[in-house]
Amino acid sequence: MPNYDLIVIGSGPGGYVCAIRAAQLGLKVAVVEKDKTFGGTCLNIGCIPSKALLHASELFEETAQHFPKMGIKVGEPKLDLPAMMKFKDEGVDGNVKGVAFLLKKNKIDTFQGTGRVAAPGKVEVTADGKSETLDTKTIVIATGSDVARLRGIDIDEKRIVSSTGALVLDKVPQRLLVVGAGVIGLELGSVWRRLGAEVIVVEFLDRILPGMDSEICRQFQRLLERQGMTFKLKSKVTGVDATAKKLKATIEPAAGGPAETIEADVVLVSIGRVPFTEGLGLEGAGVKKDNKGRIVVDAHFATSVPGIYAIGDVIDGPMLAHKAEDEGVAAAEIIAGKAGHVNYDVIPNVVYTFPEIASVGKSEDELKEAGIAYNVGKFPFTANGRAKVNHQTDGYVKILADAKTDRVLGVHIMGADAGNMIAEAAVAMEFGAAAEDIARTCHAHPTLTEAVKEAALAVDKRAINM
Amino acid sequence: MAEIRVPTLGESVTEATIGKWFKQPGDPVAVDEPLVELETDKVTIEVPAPAAGVLGDIAAKDGETVAVGALLGQIKEGAKDGTSASAAKPAAKVSAPPAEKPASAAPAPTPAPARPASPDTPLAPSVRRLATESGMDASTVPGSGKDGRVTKGDMMAAIERAASAPTPVAQTAAAVQLRAPSPADDAAREERVKMTRLRQTIARRLKEAQNIAAMLTTFNEVDMSAVMHLRSQYKDLFEKKHGVKLGFMGFFVRACVQALKEIPAVNAEIDGTDLIYKNYYHIGIAVGTEKGLVVPVVRDCDLKSLAQIEKEIADYGRRAREGLLKIEEMQGGTFTITNGGVYGSLMSTPILNAPQSGILGMHKIQERPVVLAGKIEARPMMYLAVSYDHRIVDGREAVTFLVRVKEVLEDPARLVVDL
Repeated sequence: MPNYDLIVIGSGPGGYVCAIRAAQLGLKVAVVEKDKTFGGTCLNIGCIPSKALLHASELFEETAQHFPKMGIKVGEPKLDLPAMMKFKDEGVDGNVKGVAFLLKKNKIDTFQGTGRVAAPGKVEVTADGKSETLDTKTIVIATGSDVARLRGIDIDEKRIVSSTGALVLDKVPQRLLVVGAGVIGLELGSVWRRLGAEVIVVEFLDRILPGMDSEICRQFQRLLERQGMTFKLKSKVTGVDATAKKLKATIEPAAGGPAETIEADVVLVSIGRVPFTEGLGLEGAGVKKDNKGRIVVDAHFATSVPGIYAIGDVIDGPMLAHKAEDEGVAAAEIIAGKAGHVNYDVIPNVVYTFPEIASVGKSEDELKEAGIAYNVGKFPFTANGRAKVNHQTDGYVKILADAKTDRVLGVHIMGADAGNMIAEAAVAMEFGAAAEDIARTCHAHPTLTEAVKEAALAVDKRAINM
Repeated sequence: MAEIRVPTLGESVTEATIGKWFKQPGDPVAVDEPLVELETDKVTIEVPAPAAGVLGDIAAKDGETVAVGALLGQIKEGAKDGTSASAAKPAAKVSAPPAEKPASAAPAPTPAPARPASPDTPLAPSVRRLATESGMDASTVPGSGKDGRVTKGDMMAAIERAASAPTPVAQTAAAVQLRAPSPADDAAREERVKMTRLRQTIARRLKEAQNIAAMLTTFNEVDMSAVMHLRSQYKDLFEKKHGVKLGFMGFFVRACVQALKEIPAVNAEIDGTDLIYKNYYHIGIAVGTEKGLVVPVVRDCDLKSLAQIEKEIADYGRRAREGLLKIEEMQGGTFTITNGGVYGSLMSTPILNAPQSGILGMHKIQERPVVLAGKIEARPMMYLAVSYDHRIVDGREAVTFLVRVKEVLEDPARLVVDL
């Protein structure tokens, strides 16, 4: 007789949300977590701590650069890095405790230990050398992802770090070499640049933030360069010599050619993440994986083995916490016999730099490639009243709408608070809104969101404040 | 959301009593599944579900009397994608062990089927604007958005479809017919022409008359010798005095008025469950024009002289052909005369000019052998037809009416002595 209706392996944003939703629907649920705290990468060593440091470092820079102009005299701000780290840790602590509380509140059993699928319907939990086997009707694999490593570079999390190590540096490096101009590299690069590091970003491709709207990214790169970041595009790091006091990184043009050496105090390897699917007993259970190590699932998140499901970073799709959350909810609903569904066309994506970049739906590049006729409406924050008085006029809103039906196909925002503003666009797109629908919706004045409305008006070439 | 209404219950049945509801509010229902039993004077019928979903509020309880077309209840969209009540009910809990089947055979996460969202769902602002500007009712447009909501694209497509459709937007669905495409060979030799407003109105009104009235036609024939004789005798004098030719129409109008006075039902109309008898005689005269048929009305024909009537008809005819008739000149008729004879018709069954209850069809005058007092004679004969609404006019009345018209025309002196 199985003890559980559902056991979720992993308590990240996908796993814990899945467990809670299943418990809400009346299933008896357990969660297995190998780390000491719940919340997975996102809460412990990802989104949440990095946002704490981004927030603190942004204010640090703001204090130095903008306070005098605003008439606030506090003198030269001084960095107390241990205190800032404590501030971060407190934020993390509050969040992970919140998850523990929610699991308890929903009467979800928790098991501290490494989970492994012993067989369909059986989960083995190992902790401190002891293991026990739990019986369950269904299993959800929500083990997330791990840092992608680069051959020739051994991450020690001291000087050669992944995002994990970059969140706990004990001093500000003089020079930080960031490998990979993706979201993580630019966010953590921004943190340490604001705190005083010289930051050099090496990227294999000819652009930063691959996959995001290229027009926005070109302008964004110029803004980052103005802030003091240096980019070496179309380049690759082939090795890092860690024998001396300073690290020596060997950098070659991606197309081949003479190598150069750049010295750095810290090297951040942020070339992406890989699904965490090893050591879970998946092979033994017969769960199929694709050539990138991702678990293969059908539209209902079911793996090749009946009763075993998978969600989040271990399956196909963008490695985003909110995508995993939505999948967790959908999988729980499906397991409980309801109709769960995730709309993959409307998953927002945010880069928490300054300015922020947020997007949802198709990029202009994707529309061009697909041969879809579209209209563009753009509105710069230089023409937005609120942005002007805040002296935060970098960036713009871009709305892409179907040329025939006016349906919103993609929204891209670069600017202060873009991450919060994108929610409006996501709701609109979820309901199949036309640009005109956004344009005819009253937006509060004076807010940055007026720029979204104006961009929607601009789709029909009738922006008011431009 | 779909409304459940009392269907048409058959001839002369206008109300019914709720026998029994087979479903309770909240029950899932499939399309065409019997929902409620209605009892009438003549039959007991079951009302089927117009759509799948969940039975919502019931508007009429067991034992209540309801009229044809009355609201019985509503069907709301089902929670489980509304395909059918017989669709396997998802298990509330995981039931099957994993070794057998994936838990509870997960239902496909299909998006909700495209159907108009419930009427209390606010429309998107762009849809509201398009609805106002175009007059297109957004609730009739199939929605492709979340939960069947109508998007701007849906609305634009519907307006475009309506613009190229042969009938006005406000028409009932039945009137909008989609024609199967012709073979390419033939298609090239076809011409597609937009219906004029007038033609659309004619089409709609004629069909309405057919659908609503219990229409049938009775025939007779009239010997036109007397009228023709009178006419040839006085036509020059008449024209000299009145400035208008002495035609046949005046005689027919006067003959009809005479007959209508005797048979008031033919000059009456139905309003709901009432009959309205009209003690005035506004006779519509159908006039063919290039654009289509128009029916100007000669008012108060019982009070007008033959000459006045002839003058008005001549004036209407001229202005009809020039398209100068005013709307009010074509409204308010109580009876109509149509003359297919001018085009050579020997016999026809005219369609009522609703809401009127009678229409007289005139036809071609043709010399035919008739037997008079045992002898065969050639006489100028015309067949007469009167179509009437059997709901209000009995057969005896219609036939008597037509006989009276015939008698007056065969002996115009009756007009003088008021017979």
